[in-house]
Amino acid sequence: MNNFIEKNIGLMIVLTILAVSFGGFVEIVPLMAQRTVTEPIDGLKPLTPLQLEGRDIYIREGCTVCHSQMIRPLRAEVERYGHYSVAGELVYDHPFVFGSKRTGPDLARVGGLYSDDWHRAHLFDPRSVVPGSNMPTYAWLFERPIKLENLPKKLAALQTLGVPYTDEDIANATTGLENSTEADAVIAYLQQLGTLITERR
Amino acid sequence: MNSAILSSGWSWFVIIGTFGSLLFYFLLLFLNRTTSNPGKTTGHEYDGIEEYDNPLPAWWFWGFLISILFAIGYLIYYPGLGNFAGIGGWSQVGALEESQEAADARYGPLFAQYGAVPIDELVEDETAMRMGRRLFATNCAVCHGAAGTGSEGFPNLTDEQWHWGGGADQIKTTIANGRNAMMPAWEIPLQEAGVKEVTEYVLQLAGREVDATLATAGQARYAMFCAACHGPDGSGQPMLGAPTLNDEVWLYGNSRLRIEETIRHGRNGQMPTFTERLGADKVHILSAYVMSLRQDDDEDEDEPDETEQ
Repeated sequence: MNNFIEKNIGLMIVLTILAVSFGGFVEIVPLMAQRTVTEPIDGLKPLTPLQLEGRDIYIREGCTVCHSQMIRPLRAEVERYGHYSVAGELVYDHPFVFGSKRTGPDLARVGGLYSDDWHRAHLFDPRSVVPGSNMPTYAWLFERPIKLENLPKKLAALQTLGVPYTDEDIANATTGLENSTEADAVIAYLQQLGTLITERR
Repeated sequence: MNSAILSSGWSWFVIIGTFGSLLFYFLLLFLNRTTSNPGKTTGHEYDGIEEYDNPLPAWWFWGFLISILFAIGYLIYYPGLGNFAGIGGWSQVGALEESQEAADARYGPLFAQYGAVPIDELVEDETAMRMGRRLFATNCAVCHGAAGTGSEGFPNLTDEQWHWGGGADQIKTTIANGRNAMMPAWEIPLQEAGVKEVTEYVLQLAGREVDATLATAGQARYAMFCAACHGPDGSGQPMLGAPTLNDEVWLYGNSRLRIEETIRHGRNGQMPTFTERLGADKVHILSAYVMSLRQDDDEDEDEPDETEQ
């Protein structure tokens, strides 16, 4: 049999793929059916249109490259960042912005940690509030208005993925955001991160 | 929480898949096993190169076997088989809580011993103040600066200006519960001319040189719109967090432009709450440390300033 497989490269490719995917099939697929992953925690609401726009700017500016959003259940992390992240907080996140590297601190529970004013000062010039910071400045966020025309489409796309936006939400997506800058959106997004779980442990 | 992670169908899927793989590798190891046939080849030949079918090295064979046995033991002791929690009772959250309890038992009393000491006495306690400095650096310095000197929009804690009151209890309340300052935007009620006039009057209160005509016009408007919070003479109101205006300290900048901006758009300074984040004992120590920042001022005047050397 060994001989036969070795000499039929197509068959060997198929069998290799099968062997490699089997582990994933046993380890990963059942987790997608895990209850803690599919059920939102109490009080979880989809992002508001402004927060959603902020999330997209967060992705566009590559914030995830230096900031994770995943507090692991380890004492040092819980002491520093707050309650460990739970899957139920993230069921409406498409895509996830876990990140995998911390040049800056984790942001999973940064909401409410600083004031809006602080975030404005910090995004405009990080060194004005944190002298040792090596975060780049994001001054242009304060000049650019958010792109309103895309917002209803974004909400509609998320609705098809199961995020409970109502048709009314989509129709009113841009209400009151006419004068919002990208900085407003990013700050609105940051200020809600992880705020549903307030206890430290 | 491990009891119902998966529905039972998926749980069995994991169990069967896991043991099925173990069995597969076990069979793979034994069914292909060669114990001794020196010199025999596998029959593969490429360009005259042949491959011996020798027995596996003993260390490799036993290593493989022990790995399989270890896996079985591991899966019995630790959670790994679907909903089966393992006989060891280990869980991720359990391990976290255990380490937290151990840390509380070790560090909790260190903080608790100061929780009961009145703040006035705590200020004199060097150890407590060293702890306070660390807590300050971790939690407060990001806004108020490493030395507590603040920056624009973030109050200086080393001076005599306290928007919300500088008493020990008031400082502790500020740290524990946070503060939300709410200066409304006056652009619409005051109109453009009014903003300029009030700015001049506010500068006059602070003892700066001003355009007397504008300032006089501003005085009436100030009495109507501003005095309720900032006081008729600009002496502020700590209950509301309304800063004094008749001195040299300006949280949001002292230029005409900045003061106009403040009046026009209002200010909403916000101090976050720290009770949940730190617990009562640490808040207590921090309050004392913040008190000490101010008291240090007098001592520092006698010492040479390192930054100027």
